[in-house]
Amino acid sequence: MSGQPNRVTAGNRPVAATLDVDAIRRDFPALRRTVRGRPLVYLDSAATSHKPLQVLDTERRFYERHNAAVHRGAHTLAGEATEAFESARDRLAEFLGARPNEIVWTSNATAAINLLAYAFSNASSGRGGAEADRFRLRAGDEIVVTELEHHANLIPWQELAARTGATLRHIGVDDSGRPQLDQAREVISARTRIVAFAHVSNVLGEVTPVSEIVALAREVGALVVLDACQSAPHLPLDVTALDVDFAVLSGHKMLGPLGIGVLYGRAVLLDALPPFLTGGSMITSVTIERAEFLPSPARFEAGTQPVAQAVGLAAAAEYLAGLGMDRVHARDAELGKKLALGLSELPGTRVLGPAPGEPRVGLASFLVDGVHAHDVGQFLDNLGIAVRVGHHCAEPLHRRLGVAASTRASTSVYTTDAEVDALLDAVAQVRKFFRA
Amino acid sequence: MAGDDFRELYQDVLLDHSRERHGYALLPAPSAESHQRNRSCGDEITLRVHAREGIVDCLSWTGQGCAISQASASMLCDITGGLTPRECGLRVAAFRAMLQSRGKDGGDSDVLGDAVALSGVALYPPRINCAMLAWVALEDALNSLDASAHPPDPSTAGTTK
Ligand SMILES: Cc1ncc(COP(=O)(O)O)c(C=O)c1O
Repeated sequence: MSGQPNRVTAGNRPVAATLDVDAIRRDFPALRRTVRGRPLVYLDSAATSHKPLQVLDTERRFYERHNAAVHRGAHTLAGEATEAFESARDRLAEFLGARPNEIVWTSNATAAINLLAYAFSNASSGRGGAEADRFRLRAGDEIVVTELEHHANLIPWQELAARTGATLRHIGVDDSGRPQLDQAREVISARTRIVAFAHVSNVLGEVTPVSEIVALAREVGALVVLDACQSAPHLPLDVTALDVDFAVLSGHKMLGPLGIGVLYGRAVLLDALPPFLTGGSMITSVTIERAEFLPSPARFEAGTQPVAQAVGLAAAAEYLAGLGMDRVHARDAELGKKLALGLSELPGTRVLGPAPGEPRVGLASFLVDGVHAHDVGQFLDNLGIAVRVGHHCAEPLHRRLGVAASTRASTSVYTTDAEVDALLDAVAQVRKFFRA
Repeated sequence: MAGDDFRELYQDVLLDHSRERHGYALLPAPSAESHQRNRSCGDEITLRVHAREGIVDCLSWTGQGCAISQASASMLCDITGGLTPRECGLRVAAFRAMLQSRGKDGGDSDVLGDAVALSGVALYPPRINCAMLAWVALEDALNSLDASAHPPDPSTAGTTK
């Protein structure tokens, strides 16, 4: 099939147009399958997106033609693999507005955040010398998160605090789930060393006011960690413009393969941060007693690397860039609005997060009066509609909003208006079926 | 419009129990109690065993969750009154075997009562924990029943259904 991403181009420059969703769908083989005898309506892209042929083909081609360990060995295949791996890094750097040596491959966002937390931990126990001083946490220091975080951006910080004697604090959210900036002004203080928060909530779909929080962190000299898992697939992302110190994302949520993610870090920071995983390929010299580490990013990439996944993710970034992230964002916001407005108009259905009509990405979590989210999800699955149910790994947020579980529908570049309509029609029947 | 497996899953008797939950609301002075949570969705139950002289009088419970977990707790209450702890344990085992049978074991209504209507859950592995929630709570509560205060009834030792 087509080797080129679906693009609307004039010469090399994208022309303004909306996404051609029908053409995009032809790139996604999984969307052609049926579920329980019906066409699949996939509305769980926030959990993981489907992958276009361009990504699948790139991965397969890597195994078919090159398949070698990178940065090891002098043979031709090893050279090609290394070249592909490093070009993939360049591609991701470009996609995120960073420089290549600021891009570290990890297995996913969770691994990226844990890498950071353990690197801070290693610094706190004296590793990394004087250079690593700014990463050293002591009793009295504080780490700040928000109440809406995914567990992946919460528990590693809880654990880091427990290991170092630092205190974990949080910025509360209001009833609609928005982080409260006046609270942020109090919580972020001279004791704050790290501020970690999500760019877009995976439950509410709202974009966090990054610049306000970054400004507060800058005032007190704290490091900023941005969880970009749910923004990278939906918005143009420029980590340099956002002025964050670190950012993480998962490839599988942005049309890329499973098993690959990115840690972005400002070069001066990554070069001073002690490594987390140690082993092969991350050293300059090793004696039986000790080792010297390579600069970033190699010092964080111990062991044989997931090259096929990295080139696959680069193909995904290329695919998205080919569509144009501005257009992806515009389409996504349109679908998010349609979802939220449509759901909130159904009797007995309530949408969490920003008021319907307010800006959100293509994501809406909702409650159906008298019907548990698991039952809603099962009812929808029976109609071929895939959604996420539960607390979506954000239990503190659900507790704050006073709900045990919700149902979440989320979109991607391949989502059609008809699919959103199918969801709305189905949700309209849920209460009757369950006699609510 | 609903598929066959799906109608098997949400049978009318299940929906009835989920709306009118037997044993719902905790009674005072329990002989044993257990709190259980379904890790994947946060469903919770607190279940109490009310026993006298080695015989389970009744169960009472509170909690929240999906139709399957609620109906399952309600159905459990219907079949445990008047049994020894050991007999209760055997019913839990029979229920678990039915759910883990991948649809091969439709359950014996003499043992499981209305809970045979949950046999369809076996075809939906992610929902097995929902169906098991109350039963696991019962098992846990029975384990914590003080053995000396409630000696096993010798007349039923060794009987299996
Ligand atoms: C906001 C957010 N952060 C972090 C994660 C963790 O991503 P992963 O499980 O791919 O590591 C997710 C996805 O589940 C997410 O939505």
